[in-house]
Amino acid sequence: MRNMSEKPLTERIRPNEAPASLKDYERAGGYASVRKCLSSMQPADVTQLVKDGTLRGRGGAGFPTGIKWSIVPQGADAPRPKYLVVNADEMEPGTFKDRVLLEGDPHQLIEGIILASFAIQADIAYIFLRGEYIVAQERIEKAIHEAYEAGFLGKDIIGSGYCLELHLHMSIGRYICGEETALLNALEGKRATPRAKPPFPQASGLWGKPTIVNNVETLSTLPHIVNRGVEWFKGLSRTPNGGTKLFGVSGKVKRPGLWELPLGTTVGEIMDLAGGMRDGLSLRGIIPGGASTDFLGPEHLDLQMDFDTVGKAGSRMGTGTMIVLDDKTCPVGMVHNLTQFFAHESCGWCTPCRDGLPWLQNVLWAIETGRGREDDMKMLHRHTKLLGPGMTFCALAPGAMAPLGSALTRFKDDFDQHIRAKRCPWR
Amino acid sequence: MPTIYIDGKPHAIDGGQNLLEACIELGLNVPYFCWHPALGSVGACRQCAVKQYKDESDSQGRIVMSCMTPATDGIRITVDDGDSKDFRASVIEWMMTNHPHDCPVCDEGGECHLQDMTLMTGHNYRNFRFDKKTYNNQNLGPLINHEMNRCIQCYRCVRYYKDYAGGGDLDAFAAHHHVYFGRSQDGTLESEFSGNLVEVCPTGVFTDKTLKRHFTRRWDYTTAPSVCVHCALGCNITPGERYGKLRRIRNRYNRAVNGYFLCDRGRYGYEFVNSGKRPKAPLRLQRDGTGEAFHVPVTRDEAMNEIGALLKNGAKTIGIGSPRASLEANFALRVLVGAENFYLGLSKIEYSLLSTILEIVIGGPARQPGLGALKDHDAVFVLGEDLTNVAPLAALSVRQTILNQPRAESRKMGIPDWNDLAVRRVIDVNKGPLFIAAPFGGKLDDAATQTFFGTPSQLAELGFAVAHAIDPACPAADGISADTAAFAKRVADALRAAEKPLVISGPSCGSESVVRAAANVAWALCRTEKPASLYYTAHECNTTGLGLMSGGHIEGAAEAIRNGDADTLIILENDLYRRADAALVDEMLSTAKDVVVVDHLYHPTAQKASFVLPAASFAEGDGTIVNNIGRAQRMMQVYKPEGEITESWRWLRRVRTATGVGQSTDLLYFDSFIHALVDEIPAFSRILEAAPSAAFRVGGQKIPRQTHRFSGRTAMKANVAVSETAIASDPDSAFSFSMEGFQMLTPAAVMSSFWVPGWNSAQAITRFQEEVNGPLEGGDPGIRLIEPMSGSTTPYFSATSNQPSKAGQLVAIPRYHIFGSEELSSISPAIAELTPALYVMMHPDDAQDSRLQDGDIVEVQIGGAVITAPLRINNDMARACVVVPIGFTNTQHVPLPAPATVRRGGAQ
Repeated sequence: MRNMSEKPLTERIRPNEAPASLKDYERAGGYASVRKCLSSMQPADVTQLVKDGTLRGRGGAGFPTGIKWSIVPQGADAPRPKYLVVNADEMEPGTFKDRVLLEGDPHQLIEGIILASFAIQADIAYIFLRGEYIVAQERIEKAIHEAYEAGFLGKDIIGSGYCLELHLHMSIGRYICGEETALLNALEGKRATPRAKPPFPQASGLWGKPTIVNNVETLSTLPHIVNRGVEWFKGLSRTPNGGTKLFGVSGKVKRPGLWELPLGTTVGEIMDLAGGMRDGLSLRGIIPGGASTDFLGPEHLDLQMDFDTVGKAGSRMGTGTMIVLDDKTCPVGMVHNLTQFFAHESCGWCTPCRDGLPWLQNVLWAIETGRGREDDMKMLHRHTKLLGPGMTFCALAPGAMAPLGSALTRFKDDFDQHIRAKRCPWR
Repeated sequence: MPTIYIDGKPHAIDGGQNLLEACIELGLNVPYFCWHPALGSVGACRQCAVKQYKDESDSQGRIVMSCMTPATDGIRITVDDGDSKDFRASVIEWMMTNHPHDCPVCDEGGECHLQDMTLMTGHNYRNFRFDKKTYNNQNLGPLINHEMNRCIQCYRCVRYYKDYAGGGDLDAFAAHHHVYFGRSQDGTLESEFSGNLVEVCPTGVFTDKTLKRHFTRRWDYTTAPSVCVHCALGCNITPGERYGKLRRIRNRYNRAVNGYFLCDRGRYGYEFVNSGKRPKAPLRLQRDGTGEAFHVPVTRDEAMNEIGALLKNGAKTIGIGSPRASLEANFALRVLVGAENFYLGLSKIEYSLLSTILEIVIGGPARQPGLGALKDHDAVFVLGEDLTNVAPLAALSVRQTILNQPRAESRKMGIPDWNDLAVRRVIDVNKGPLFIAAPFGGKLDDAATQTFFGTPSQLAELGFAVAHAIDPACPAADGISADTAAFAKRVADALRAAEKPLVISGPSCGSESVVRAAANVAWALCRTEKPASLYYTAHECNTTGLGLMSGGHIEGAAEAIRNGDADTLIILENDLYRRADAALVDEMLSTAKDVVVVDHLYHPTAQKASFVLPAASFAEGDGTIVNNIGRAQRMMQVYKPEGEITESWRWLRRVRTATGVGQSTDLLYFDSFIHALVDEIPAFSRILEAAPSAAFRVGGQKIPRQTHRFSGRTAMKANVAVSETAIASDPDSAFSFSMEGFQMLTPAAVMSSFWVPGWNSAQAITRFQEEVNGPLEGGDPGIRLIEPMSGSTTPYFSATSNQPSKAGQLVAIPRYHIFGSEELSSISPAIAELTPALYVMMHPDDAQDSRLQDGDIVEVQIGGAVITAPLRINNDMARACVVVPIGFTNTQHVPLPAPATVRRGGAQ
């Protein structure tokens, strides 16, 4: 096992400093992967490399990246133009990992974009950036400009004959835009509501053309795989899926923050890096990967953070950015806060999500403010099923049910106490 | 045939549909909201959830949305298990959290899909104890009432209004449970098809605003199947009456014609029927001591005796028919005056355009598609027509054609046609070919691949060039511009590449060359063995039917009177001032010894008549009309009008009897006219098939005009007589004027009320279709009278243009307005409110040449007539033209196109 100090994604990033200019970036080995790939590799080679590297998407769902790409129609008969879209609409509560990459190393992202675009033979790429990421916007704009100037973007990239246009698009800011098909609608200037699948974006995506939507962290990983190879990449991880992962911790810990660590680092190791709980507080629960994952508990400190292991424990690794609940914070209030977020961010397209979530929000607030009723628990339980996977149009409401459903089991006594005492014990 | 298993039972299905459609076709009650047969599936409402099993051994299953799941061979589902029923009830419960529960005061109550679905899912008791979200309502103009609180956010309104009908001013705003459907600000909805929102909306958000003034519940209407009289397309409608007043018009589904939709003129033009200005008794012209002429009401017997006497006394009588009167009425006039004395009631120019079109469609090889089949074509060339204003539903249908080529592409990706979300995505970048060439821009242009603006002669040249590009043997126009040639080539290429090309033209430019050029295009395609379709518009509800009778034109009738060949004039449902030069009509009316007008309007022609006989409107009588493509359809009498009002054909029969010519038993009833017409004119030999005869019975019973649940029968008119009034008999149709009779499924031609248990709304129609979007029981009502001569090798028309334009000479071109150009609907208050003020329109370059600016008051001189109106400047129109709205006050009759001069008005 390699030591925890290898940090390919973040090694160039200096906190509170502007990212490297293209010149410095190239001097440090930047864009080598693009040179290598465009001069000596076929698109299918890149896809195979990523498949062999067992890279899984870092946006939360963990879908194998190479397999996603391989569904894109290739060859002379493939519809044109093809698109690569970068999902940089990071709005998952508790999640701030892409921001570091966007602000800290935009050329790394652009390099990854070129590799992914080449693999699927995309003609046009878009970075769909969260509207509040103003710093990232400035830095990416500058980096795109530099990359065009240096011939890494545009026509006939470094003499390879391959052409790629890259545009930055600022989102107006809705959580649902992180859902890849809603993102595509928003990018087309339509209401940000998700699309039905099938057809999948690979077949009919942006403006009905083949499209791949990848996460920022996923793309930023690509240059390193191309440069250093599959075996190295797999060796970064403690799990069968290759690579490092950005892990974050927020909540009442001593040192909230973000670390690049081997995939499969345990919850406890990450908590240690965060300095443990603040003095006088003890750990009650952890939402492991952004708001839309099930609570884990203190018994999960030895759990390895990777897609399959966390899944087996009844939650999801998601974005890998944990929110920590302590014993002096009301779990009902926390779940109400999350539900309020999800209710507000529902796009309003399908009924269960649009009208079910506000109801849940109302009930949770009633419980939190001492107006809860005995049968409210039944209503909450019932809704965690009715708003579950398959019932709604997209994964937003099922995501909202993850913390709620697990909280109802894990913190049942707290809910009961609120209802019985007609008040919040923490207030 | 695929087999699907529903609750363990195998069902053979056609395949290709989704599970919801399959369930509907099998008669199962699966509730839904966002799915609509014309709009397809989007999976938004989640109401149609069913449970799908992997295989026979799967007992868990999973919930799927039936509207988004293909009904593939071997699929196993249940619609009846606890989980899916519970989920469906929950969907209603969620929707109801913010619904105001105001059914008793809601116009939708009783025909509300939300009520139906609520009952169907079994959701009863309210558990939501928090505040409801409320909304502000908007004033959307005179046609549509907006009550946003009732909304259940099914998105049907915007999908219909924007995606299907191409409207730009209704949208979904905000997000989560605040989603709002309306305009960005208050204001009249801009779409000419907004009224369909009333039937598309599954609840009471969008309701009929004209109905509000005389509201009646769904079960209290007296109805009969009818046909819209406000243009030539023949859309099927169901008018509803109560207490002697026409209350509203609803769509009547006919797959071959209008499908599910009507235009706003058709839906809201009806109120002319309720006009207080209509004559209700025969009128006789009288003069007082000063010589002032005025009409006085007389009894039927007085009128008949006097008219009979004047016709008997050696009068040389001629009759002028009407393109807005039924075949039977026109035929009755023809019988009365004799075929040689019958004039069609069209102006000379209308007459010659109609004759040319009929020659083309009867003698040529190209088939005219029905209105409903327009949308099946995959490349369209419109030549010289502003479809939205002249043939509105044709515009709506043509708009759908741009989806056909993308749909074919989508199919290759495995996307089924009903997957509306996926199919619509493609047309943003890949619209099917639609080329529009016209003198000025229209509302359909946004869907067009490319538009072309030209004068009628330029349009004819373009048409001939397209035909020539398809078949070099077809004559080309000389000296066309490079732009015209390039456009022509693009159109020709698109038409030739298509599977089902369609050419649309019509009489609206007033140019026979345009009509002929369009024929050449279609015929050229036919010779390349493409199944090319050719579609001509017409202007009035029975123009084509009238054209199939023989007779002269109005100018010919005027000539006969001027020459003394005739001295007595009988005018049927026709205001001659709308068709011929006012001086000519004045001369006709004053020269004729006596003028008898049979009409339901008291128009300027009627005002000068010696006698006016009060005719029934479409809602008050039986009649057959023939739409633009020659489809004969029956309008059934909805109710007995008050006073002496009766069908024109009955009046003319009475006049004939009064003259002593006809036997008293001769041509007594409606059917006798039809039989006589069939015997007399071979073109009408099939009209008996348009609808069942008066002798038609089901199980020995007539068909009731009133619903099963008609209320207040024994109380109605109690203020007049305490005993129940006798129910009128109807010798002219298979209908009774009561609730009694056979209430179940009858042939579609005699079906006006679609109602089955649990389905009280407009959505009930799917219960009467053999398959989703299929025909109704007994086939699509109506019968085509015109079929093309297949294999005909009619010679091409030579490439001529009949209006050579001189340099510097402006040509005045007519523009039809959906609201304002049509006589009957313009009387209805809601339509009158939407009618624009008179204006004229010019290209900016021409305006500059004449040193005119937008808004200037100008005088347009056309022959002897001068039109004074403000000038609109518009880039989207031909050069060297001045566009004049036709059929407005002051432009009721202008013989266009014609040379014109424009100058700044002095008086303003």
